Amino acid sequence: MASSLDSRAFVPAQPMLPRPFRVLENRKENHDTFSLRLGCADGPKPFDFSPGQFNMLYLPGVGEAAISISALAPRPGCVLHTVRAVGALTKALKTLKAGDALGLRGPFGNGWPLEEAEDGDAVFVAGGIGLAPLRPALQRVLERRRRYKRVILLYGARSPAEIIYSRELRRWRQSGAVEAHVTVDRCAGDWKGRVGVVTNLLEGMYFQSGKSTAFVCGHEIMMRFSAAELERRGVAAERIHVCLERNMKCAVGFCGHCQFGPEFICRDGPVFHYPRVRGRLAVRAL
Amino acid sequence: MERKLEALLEDHPFLINFPKRYLSLMAGCAKNVRFATGRFLHREGEPSDAFFLLRRGRVAIEIHVPNRSPLTVQTLEAGDMLGWSWLTPPHRWRFDARAVEDVTAFALDGACLRGKCEADHELGYQLSKRVLACVAQRLDATRLQLLDLYGLQP
Repeated sequence: MASSLDSRAFVPAQPMLPRPFRVLENRKENHDTFSLRLGCADGPKPFDFSPGQFNMLYLPGVGEAAISISALAPRPGCVLHTVRAVGALTKALKTLKAGDALGLRGPFGNGWPLEEAEDGDAVFVAGGIGLAPLRPALQRVLERRRRYKRVILLYGARSPAEIIYSRELRRWRQSGAVEAHVTVDRCAGDWKGRVGVVTNLLEGMYFQSGKSTAFVCGHEIMMRFSAAELERRGVAAERIHVCLERNMKCAVGFCGHCQFGPEFICRDGPVFHYPRVRGRLAVRAL
Repeated sequence: MERKLEALLEDHPFLINFPKRYLSLMAGCAKNVRFATGRFLHREGEPSDAFFLLRRGRVAIEIHVPNRSPLTVQTLEAGDMLGWSWLTPPHRWRFDARAVEDVTAFALDGACLRGKCEADHELGYQLSKRVLACVAQRLDATRLQLLDLYGLQP
């Protein structure tokens, strides 16, 4: 077994003070999604984090948003975020070019408890941009591939054009280290892959209860249905982990925006054991 | 030959635990079929006189759109059942089904099975239960697809 340090949450020394970072690269993933590779503005410094943690990205005069860290550092001192341009801040982030400055607070939150999956199967279920917070977890598992039995990725996207990390998906599939299955909601033309919701990818799969651990990230509705299907296929509820991203604002549990029953998603999450939040996810007014 | 087909049918996920006494009846209406990549298993508007239990390959359920490529609404794989139009009037296919990979399947004669189901309602009930489970599962999936989940904010 790995040490408990594997899933420890790293915390910044000064959590409320944004540190200056610069854009090293802004890469287009699809029509509204892009990846920012960032580096510390005052020279390369180590940036430790646990897969599943997030940073607060800040643009003066525009605002701040919680964005998951979406890859293990390609180089020491680098941090990578994949962002979907949907609001004022994320649309402004999309326009950044190499050399532009921004503020960063973090890392915050907990991480995916990957050590729980050791000696068994690790199942990753991602919907849309939900693949981004899971990618560093998958990369970490692949670094330690021998500790796991089957490593399965089930990924659903809106259309073939909206699949992110397609080169990496191909590489994972070709390496044989990951059973990577991709499906899209709709398509036309020459797509030869699967069409249907991500839960369809679980058809025909059966898992050994107590030996398989699932990590699920996407829209809450998709996570509810995926968790139900995973349970039906043998994954024990207590071995299902979901990532919530409701209303995170301050990242340190002060402001209360992301309060979810007795917990704050930014401080106590964003990764939760599914049984811990299942009841609350069903509360319509919450 | 029919006994071998019966044994193969029994292993198909659609017919797992199907009452043994009906498997030979089913085998009497079944045959092995193959479709090369690009071939259609059926086309919209044609009489629906069969359904398919897929054994290998991938099938796209498509709807044609004038002046553009057909839209794929779903794909089916080995282990899936394809088609229920044979069971309900007017017994015509509502969509196209095209092999996107080489497909092998069992084709079951719909008219033959309808006759056997009319004659033995227990067979009809057992078969309808399984078809209904497929329909319900695909309806759930379609509802999720309609939500456009990946386009929404978490």
